[in-house]
Amino acid sequence: MSTLAYDGTAMLGRQLKRIRNNPGLVVLTQTMPITMLLFFGYVFGSAVAMPGERYRSFLVPGLLAATAAGGLTTGMLQASQDAHRGVMDRLRTLPVSRAAVPLGQAVADLVVTAAGTVPLLLVGLAVGWRIEGSAAQTAGALGLLLLFRFACTWAGILLGMLPRNEEAAGQLASTTFVLPLLSNAYIPADGMPGWLRTLVEWNPISAVATALRSLFSPRLSASLEQGGAAIARVPSHAAWPVAHPVAGSLAWCAVLIAVFAPSAVRRYARPR
Amino acid sequence: MTTTYAVLSEGLKKRFGDVHALRGLDLAVAQGTVCGLLGPNGAGKTTAVRLLTTLLHPDAGSARVAGHDLLREPAAVRRRIGVTGQDTSVDGDLTGRQNLRLFARLHRVRDASARADELLERFGLAEAADRPASGYSGGMRRRLDLAASLVRRPDVLFLDEPTTGLDPASRNRIWDTVRHLTEEGTTVVLTTQYLEEADQLADTIALVDRGRVAHTGSPPELKALIGAYAEVVVTDADVMVKAAGVLDRLTGAEPALDRDRKAVGAVTRDPTLTLPRLVRELDSAGVPLLDASIRPPTLDDVFLRLTGSKELVA
Repeated sequence: MSTLAYDGTAMLGRQLKRIRNNPGLVVLTQTMPITMLLFFGYVFGSAVAMPGERYRSFLVPGLLAATAAGGLTTGMLQASQDAHRGVMDRLRTLPVSRAAVPLGQAVADLVVTAAGTVPLLLVGLAVGWRIEGSAAQTAGALGLLLLFRFACTWAGILLGMLPRNEEAAGQLASTTFVLPLLSNAYIPADGMPGWLRTLVEWNPISAVATALRSLFSPRLSASLEQGGAAIARVPSHAAWPVAHPVAGSLAWCAVLIAVFAPSAVRRYARPR
Repeated sequence: MTTTYAVLSEGLKKRFGDVHALRGLDLAVAQGTVCGLLGPNGAGKTTAVRLLTTLLHPDAGSARVAGHDLLREPAAVRRRIGVTGQDTSVDGDLTGRQNLRLFARLHRVRDASARADELLERFGLAEAADRPASGYSGGMRRRLDLAASLVRRPDVLFLDEPTTGLDPASRNRIWDTVRHLTEEGTTVVLTTQYLEEADQLADTIALVDRGRVAHTGSPPELKALIGAYAEVVVTDADVMVKAAGVLDRLTGAEPALDRDRKAVGAVTRDPTLTLPRLVRELDSAGVPLLDASIRPPTLDDVFLRLTGSKELVA
């Protein structure tokens, strides 16, 4: 285990240096949600049946959840980059713990994301979103956000290693943009047709977005009758992960990590 | 004294779909020597290296590398080998220095930074040390690659076509490094398509053909197997047959006639057949000569003879 910790730390250092030397992808993926916040919040927001400020308060937690889900995309791109380049051959012939490379990637992503989320939070506060929960609830929300990112990154690492080449992995990664669209991150699920609503509510992003809304704005989710409840209101008869958003989100994270982390490590270590 | 083998493989087989890349590779490399795996593209050289360095799992067969069983103790093998693959196996997103420090650290080298500096200096990369490796020239990248394989002095170093595509200066630099390493006791297994490279570096050459070792021997041994090539050029096509008769008698091999060049040649394994004797014999037979030579065989000849393959062109 100490071998894994040592090698994992070295690989974490490698990933952080790579990002520092070549920050393009990270900067893009972390500034994208800010652009979307302004675009959705003011352009689309004007057509949503919620007052503008209220919609932006609804949108910020949704964007946070959708950005965390972007770990799937960056995980895929980085893993496939690695998998199809000679440096992986060298790492495989070194006396390195087999789990160290994917673990280093997942942890490095977490470190970078934690820092990269701060600008989005600040812009969110500037456009009228407020943190109204207790310190514990806020810490819980941020913790959940990082846990979800970590889980999505593991899924990305495995999926990035499956395609035959980097281009195929890139194409697969580019399809992931639909996942937040099929969730309640940007638009409440209430008005959707029944079958679509079911699909949306079983999307892990929906559970996490709903959990973040309930943790950041507990007052609004508690007092449903006060009209403004749409920020955090859970539609009646919602699917279990959305009806119990915090437990549902934690369960989703546990499932994603339990499924994808071991299979990603196995896939990486397997001799061809 | 019994020979210790740094690499000893028996019947290694590997199939990719319908392609039998290796059909039973038997290889024995004595400790401290350089073994050249020589063969055309697709002969199975790279697959052999990838199997022996734990990157691929064989379908059948067994091997010991640096004193450890390849299949049962892959981790122990990895601790004792260095590998430079055909593709660049350094991280292009990192600088040269960052690459070497990382690999030194993963190899548990005590002072990874000092070791990295030392290697950068030795391989002429000190100036480029803090630039991303993706911007290096082909020769620099290959040198960085080789340096990365040497962060901890390996017992066995595998080099897959280490000089393919390099200019002569870079090539000589790599050759010098290999010679220097063997002086320090490292065993080197290198693959090459270049006969000259195998001739220059290798103590033993294993001719790889269609997934098997077709022949093994030192460069002189392999050349002796083939013999030298005696050739004379005559003044007139009419005397070619006469010259062929003499060559037949001297060499015991069937001479080949090249009517355009008016040349007659034959393979000889007779060490007493020297150039003066060849000229004397032909002269006394009344064959007017323009030119005569006894050329030692090239490894090209060796390869063609032993494998029947015509693909190898140096």
